[in-house]
Amino acid sequence: MKAIINRRDFLKAGAVTAAGVAVLPHVLSSCTTGPAKIGGNMTIHDYLEHFGVTEQMIQQIIAEGLSKGGEYCDVFFQHNIANYIGLEDNSVNRAYSDISFGVGIRVLKGDQTGYSFSEEVSLKAMKSAARTAANIANSSATVEPIAFETPKLPSYYMIKTPWEEVSINEKIPYLQQVNEKVFALDQRIIKSNVWFNDQTSYVLFANSEGRMTCDYQPMAQLSVSCTAEQNGQKEQNYFDYSGRRGIEFFTPEAINTLANEAVNRTIMLFDAVKPTAGELPVVLAAGSSGILLHEAIGHGMEADFNRKETSIFSDKIGKKVAKDFVSIIDDGTNQNIRGSINVDDEGNNSEKTYLVSGGTMESYLHDRISAKHYGVKPTGNGRRESFRHMPMPRMRNTYMENGPHKKDEIIESVKYGVYAESFSNGQVMIGAGDFTFYVKSGYLIENGKLTKPIKDINIIGNGPKVLADIEMVADDLKMAEGGWTCGKNGQGVPVSQGLPTVKVAKITVGGVNA
Amino acid sequence: MNNKERQELALWAVEFAKKKGASEVAASIDNSRSSEVEVREQKIEVLKESTTNGLSLSIYRDNKYSSHSTNNLDKKGLEKFIAEAVEATKYLSADEFRSLPDASLYPKDLSLDLQLEDENYSKVSPEQRLKFAMEIEKIALSKNDKIISATGGYWDSYSESVLVHSNGLVAERASTFFGASGSVTVMDGTARPSGSNWGGGRQFSQIPSSELIGSKAVEDATRKIGQSKIASGKYDMLIENRTAGRLLSMFFRPMQARALQQKSSYLDGMLGKQIASPLLTLIDDPLLKGGFGSRLYDGQGIACKQRTMIEKGVLKEYYIDNYYGKKLGMTPNGGSASNIRFELGTRGFDAIVSDVNKGIFVTSFNGGNSNATTGDFSFGVSGFLVEGGKIVKPVNEMNISGNAKEFWNKLSELGNDPYQYSSLLSPTLVFKDIDFSGL
Repeated sequence: MKAIINRRDFLKAGAVTAAGVAVLPHVLSSCTTGPAKIGGNMTIHDYLEHFGVTEQMIQQIIAEGLSKGGEYCDVFFQHNIANYIGLEDNSVNRAYSDISFGVGIRVLKGDQTGYSFSEEVSLKAMKSAARTAANIANSSATVEPIAFETPKLPSYYMIKTPWEEVSINEKIPYLQQVNEKVFALDQRIIKSNVWFNDQTSYVLFANSEGRMTCDYQPMAQLSVSCTAEQNGQKEQNYFDYSGRRGIEFFTPEAINTLANEAVNRTIMLFDAVKPTAGELPVVLAAGSSGILLHEAIGHGMEADFNRKETSIFSDKIGKKVAKDFVSIIDDGTNQNIRGSINVDDEGNNSEKTYLVSGGTMESYLHDRISAKHYGVKPTGNGRRESFRHMPMPRMRNTYMENGPHKKDEIIESVKYGVYAESFSNGQVMIGAGDFTFYVKSGYLIENGKLTKPIKDINIIGNGPKVLADIEMVADDLKMAEGGWTCGKNGQGVPVSQGLPTVKVAKITVGGVNA
Repeated sequence: MNNKERQELALWAVEFAKKKGASEVAASIDNSRSSEVEVREQKIEVLKESTTNGLSLSIYRDNKYSSHSTNNLDKKGLEKFIAEAVEATKYLSADEFRSLPDASLYPKDLSLDLQLEDENYSKVSPEQRLKFAMEIEKIALSKNDKIISATGGYWDSYSESVLVHSNGLVAERASTFFGASGSVTVMDGTARPSGSNWGGGRQFSQIPSSELIGSKAVEDATRKIGQSKIASGKYDMLIENRTAGRLLSMFFRPMQARALQQKSSYLDGMLGKQIASPLLTLIDDPLLKGGFGSRLYDGQGIACKQRTMIEKGVLKEYYIDNYYGKKLGMTPNGGSASNIRFELGTRGFDAIVSDVNKGIFVTSFNGGNSNATTGDFSFGVSGFLVEGGKIVKPVNEMNISGNAKEFWNKLSELGNDPYQYSSLLSPTLVFKDIDFSGL
């Protein structure tokens, strides 16, 4: 998992406007003519029109996909619009945009997957892609067209104004305000970069079981990175807000906090030291420290690994893995949070899934293939980066429930250790269970008090061992504010995480040796 | 669409953008075809085939800049897309450094063959791909009875692109890539360590044998059985050649013009100064025949040539792209690393390890990061304890930490064994007295 600090290439973006009004080509010419609807209130018929297809065409594509004996076929239409504007050296002097449009076609036979996609939505091009995906099977079959049903879905991310209607002119002042505040806050600041990403995705899904769903998925992120100099020493740090939000989220208070956090997190590094190398008690601050859960347990609980028995958690369901007060959840239903989804990318309802409940392993995170393999209900974790990719079990928002302790008593309980506050990235080896996360900033704890700042250290632990070593959990659960992207098999998906203040008895902390 | 048609479309896009008000325009059109197959339990796990298209436009309008990309190459749709892109650009701030590269920087001769394309690409059949992946898994499974899961994989791709700049560049290129891999998970008490191996290149014939890939993947997993962390302390560090790229990547961000101009490079002001051990000479070699990072021109159309980046530990060059080069008053020379070659040592791994008294042979990095502004770094590692010149036991769950300014001066030997399946052709590297965190 990585914070999108230097990931502008990932959300290639920009802003396209005319006469101060955003008129991004949200409908490609290959689709409809005439004024089309946008935003969160579109019906399934609007989506069919948006993609320029009919139910009959989709039935024909599915029939083609199953023509060689496949057991299941689904189609995933996606239209994604991404915008970016950036401020550097006090001027908003760059904008990027990316439009991506197409359909992915998947055919399953047992655990086996055939996949292809088309960037054209002509019947001919889609049938050709379906024939390629069909090759996962090698007999022949004729299927009768199935009638589609469209379930009513909840909405976890309604926003006031679709991003397509927010002009570049409206966004520019946000960047300028953050920039001005950053420089006003501390005269040691020498450089400030501020950038704004927004993204809108329209998804239409249908499968051979007759389920058809649609979803409107907005995303926004406002980021600031600053560099400060003091007596020839330079330090740089970063802060951002991200979520499935509209422009109304970026209030004057949010702009203030953004600038304050970025500056404070940078300035504190001038005094930072490195801890003593070795195993230390680690206290994780409430918030983005949920990266611990993402790496230590989340990935290992993705059921594709377990189906193949390659995860260290492969034989742990139903077993006691942590103290009674530890409950860990992966949730797609949190309002406006970055990893929330109304429906997963294979048409399954999103839900709140307990990985660990009262210290006991409860459930894996499933996609369709793994749920069928284990004979359980899908958990709504089948996600994909885009129509160019096949879905697999992925996390959404991963967090720990509140526990019985207080933040202060947790810090007071540590004689010498580390308080980890902000992070840039993490990683895990699924089978060995070794996971890491990189601490951008935090503090030493000495004799029960936060003392000197620390910076740039990696923490490495082992998933099951660290779960068992969670000694205290406070009652101050907080979700991460920033934009986290989880990478797996070359696919990135937006996620979030959260944690109350937590104490782990010991983890290996990078540092210096006496 | 072939490259000729792509070129015509790109030229049209450039002209259309100018007609709509752009002063200067760059347009590139890419196409990529790829196939992949993954096998498990002697069945196809995943079969995927795809073709992607993309058009990217850089618009300069009175020193205002924006860039846009789309995968819809329909001309009618593009007209609207381009018109709106040009229109949007005028709302940005003017920036005197925003303009296309000077035409004198473009390649003069595009005829040099870098051998990036296998002319027999289209002759590789689906059956051949599947057979390769099947064999790798089969060989892996036959090597060890502790294997829980093995997969064999094969993939190839064919990419073409054209680049047109309104101030006089029209260029095209094509390349192929072939690869095959094996991955293996073994049982080790309650843990399930995994290992992998892969190989490939621009030519189909560069893929190693399925026997080699399969057996090396098994060896990579089984050698980890019994791994544990050991005491924190200072150890000499050997880095396996295929892993060393991770360390090298610490150089690339601080070497870039953007980092210099934005005051976020610890290498700012270090040109001509000692930044590493005199043993370190790094050559950026974009014209290497068949190289993973080979190219005649970079993404901005700037001609590439061989350059010595670090010579005997002295920093000789930065990576200067068009925009930040102009901002810094430095001549653009290609904004990023291509192939990196090292001046090699004389000994192989076995001879090198025999001289290590107390060290850790790092074979894998696990997470971690580095700070381009300060040079601080910290990475998770696993590998083997070396004592008295011998590999003693596998170690994992440890960190190394330090600062790049001191770290590269601790380089004490380079092997004669450059890794061939990467654009970073690193040999085995040895560093003295590195801080390891463990128990």
